[in-house]
Amino acid sequence: MPEIAWREALNQALSEEMERDVNVFLMGEEVARYNGAYKVSQGLLDKFGSARVVDAPISELGFAGLGVGAAMVGLRPVIEMMTWNFAILAMDQIVNNAAKLRHMAGGQLRCPIVFRGPNGAGGRLSSQHSQSLEANYAHFPGLKVLAPSTPADAKGLLKAAIRDDNPIIFLEAELLYGVKGEVPAGEHVIPIGKADLKREGSDATIITWSRMYYFAEQAAQMLEKEGIHVDLLDLRTLKPLDEEAILTSVKKTNRVVVVEEGWSFCGVGAQIADLLQNKAFDELDAPVERVTGLDVNRSYAAVLEKATEVSAERIVAAVKKVMYREVT
Amino acid sequence: MATEVQLPALSPTMTEGKIVKWLKKEGDSVSSGEAIAEVETDKSNLEVESFDDGVLLKILVPEGETGKVGATIAVIGAKGEKVEAPAPAKAAPAPAAKPAPKPAPGVSEERAPKPAGPAQVVPIRRAEEQAPAPSEDNGRLRASPLAKRMAREEGLDLAAVQGSGPSGRIVKRDVEAAIGSGQTAAVARAPASRPAPAPTPVPVFGRREPDVVPVSGMRKIISQRMAEVKPGVPHFYVTVDIDMEEALKVREQAKAAEVKVSVNDLIVKAAAVALRRQPKVNVSLQGDRILQFHNVDVGIAVAIEDGLITPVIRDADIKTLGTISAESRELAERARRKALKPEEYAGGSITVSNLGMFGVDSFIAVINPPQASIVAVGAVAERAVVREGKVVVRKTMSATFSGDHRIVDGALGAQYLQELKALLEQPTRLLF
Repeated sequence: MPEIAWREALNQALSEEMERDVNVFLMGEEVARYNGAYKVSQGLLDKFGSARVVDAPISELGFAGLGVGAAMVGLRPVIEMMTWNFAILAMDQIVNNAAKLRHMAGGQLRCPIVFRGPNGAGGRLSSQHSQSLEANYAHFPGLKVLAPSTPADAKGLLKAAIRDDNPIIFLEAELLYGVKGEVPAGEHVIPIGKADLKREGSDATIITWSRMYYFAEQAAQMLEKEGIHVDLLDLRTLKPLDEEAILTSVKKTNRVVVVEEGWSFCGVGAQIADLLQNKAFDELDAPVERVTGLDVNRSYAAVLEKATEVSAERIVAAVKKVMYREVT
Repeated sequence: MATEVQLPALSPTMTEGKIVKWLKKEGDSVSSGEAIAEVETDKSNLEVESFDDGVLLKILVPEGETGKVGATIAVIGAKGEKVEAPAPAKAAPAPAAKPAPKPAPGVSEERAPKPAGPAQVVPIRRAEEQAPAPSEDNGRLRASPLAKRMAREEGLDLAAVQGSGPSGRIVKRDVEAAIGSGQTAAVARAPASRPAPAPTPVPVFGRREPDVVPVSGMRKIISQRMAEVKPGVPHFYVTVDIDMEEALKVREQAKAAEVKVSVNDLIVKAAAVALRRQPKVNVSLQGDRILQFHNVDVGIAVAIEDGLITPVIRDADIKTLGTISAESRELAERARRKALKPEEYAGGSITVSNLGMFGVDSFIAVINPPQASIVAVGAVAERAVVREGKVVVRKTMSATFSGDHRIVDGALGAQYLQELKALLEQPTRLLF
């Protein structure tokens, strides 16, 4: 299987879906002539022309709304946000229109649109450009929220997202675009709403998604050296949540650590902890532990940024805590 | 200055506790944190520890007696100190030694306001303040939800388990260790397919008065709970199918020996022997006393005109089948004539009710109080059953045990039926 980078995996997904369905088009800031701020749309303008690969002005609310309108009349827009920090400007279109059109129209309209772009820390970009916003979008009924970790999952889920008839929030990570992995060539679609057990063990379950998967994997390797074996569950889709996969793993391990890049308050991990206390109460041998970014704004200063980030060491400590092991 | 030792609440539902044993005598010196008495609560036996250094001056609640939570059970003070008017457990205490105000419901003792003035009260150090910390917090057991579930499934009393988690929380590994060390209650373990070949309780020859068994705290709680849910005599039911091929052969053999024996006589005999081997079923709740019988007396339900009556076959476990047969025919005959004496249908702890002659497959019978159980048997009929992977036709009978849940539990009922089944399926076991 060819090994390619995240950005190439996304490029494949976009290219294949645009070939497959003429209604699919890409729009966003610098997606066309500049080939994308992160080079995800490399070569797409040449291949599909300026009617289907559209440069938008710096007006997130405007082009998000344009995308919603296009979806209403039958096209399948992919709207690239240069980062999800900028997409906060487009919240009204995403939340009030995309998420609610089907409901407001009594089912007569649908909104097959994908909003995608990098989410989370970018590496010393300071507080306005380092936010993990998945919990915000997961809050609203009507939106599906996807946050894959590997290039293969990114390709498979983006293809599934473009084919879905509902508005999708597709969260990438700036720091993952260069990460390489094996990706199946051609048709490779991963169902929305299915988590992936990326590592199996019986001592504890680490639940995570997106870039934090790599931190969790590193922690799992460190734990392995101490004879602790974890289930590493990569959610891939945050909403709808794969409850079955979570509960199956917890029934086996009885202990859970949720790792989340964003802040802890009202985070996705809080929702998972709620699920567990409700549906797996009698399976828990320890309170659910959460490892999250600290509840402060991310700093530009490297030392301060590192101090507030999730680390493999913090995950290791949390796993030992739920196992009632001494943390050395 | 002398301080009073009060009976602490050692479990959330504990309202009183029985002093099982004083670990210190009057005049013994005691030190802070030392166990001075063992108390039976509604859950288990726990130790009461002293909060003070000194001498145990006076024991106010002797061994075997019960005190209310908060009642003064002893006085501790300096050697030679006079105990002034040792307040008995129930009397109003002197103002100088006023007990701590009772905490409001839901407020833990710790958070309750301490009385102003000289602190002469709260002589009990609660268990968890000692090291190693037992997993209790003001009577509340600290255990993970999983540990609680595992303990429930294994019949393990968590109060006896030492927790290794934070603040003494009992976690999975502690329960696993306890199960490994065999702390689980015997009844909770699924018994093997055959009753344990434990030493067979010896039959009693001659009549003996039943023992009055003290009602344990747990039994009392179970009894209250069951009666709350099902007022009166709270019944539970356990049913088993019994292969009767061998039992029917016994009847033929008896016939050949010119002894008249019915299937019902065999059932009565087996019910009696099973009761001998499961003596915990041979009980009766009368008022708030549990009577443990020594003799095995089995009632037989006899339908008579406009009703039924249950004459009792005394010592049915040691009578021969022929005797049981003759007696039951004679009792039934007089029952139909309404010529039974009251003592002939009183007593016993179990009744056999048989509707087999009406072709009934199975039914559920109502206990005849103050008996504790009844066995309802249906007809012996040919049924298709699976034996070693093959469907075969066997003469089969269903028996349903109804138990008084205030004094008999489901596992015990099941063990009783298991014994009955074994006896009827291999009637030679009746000889052992």
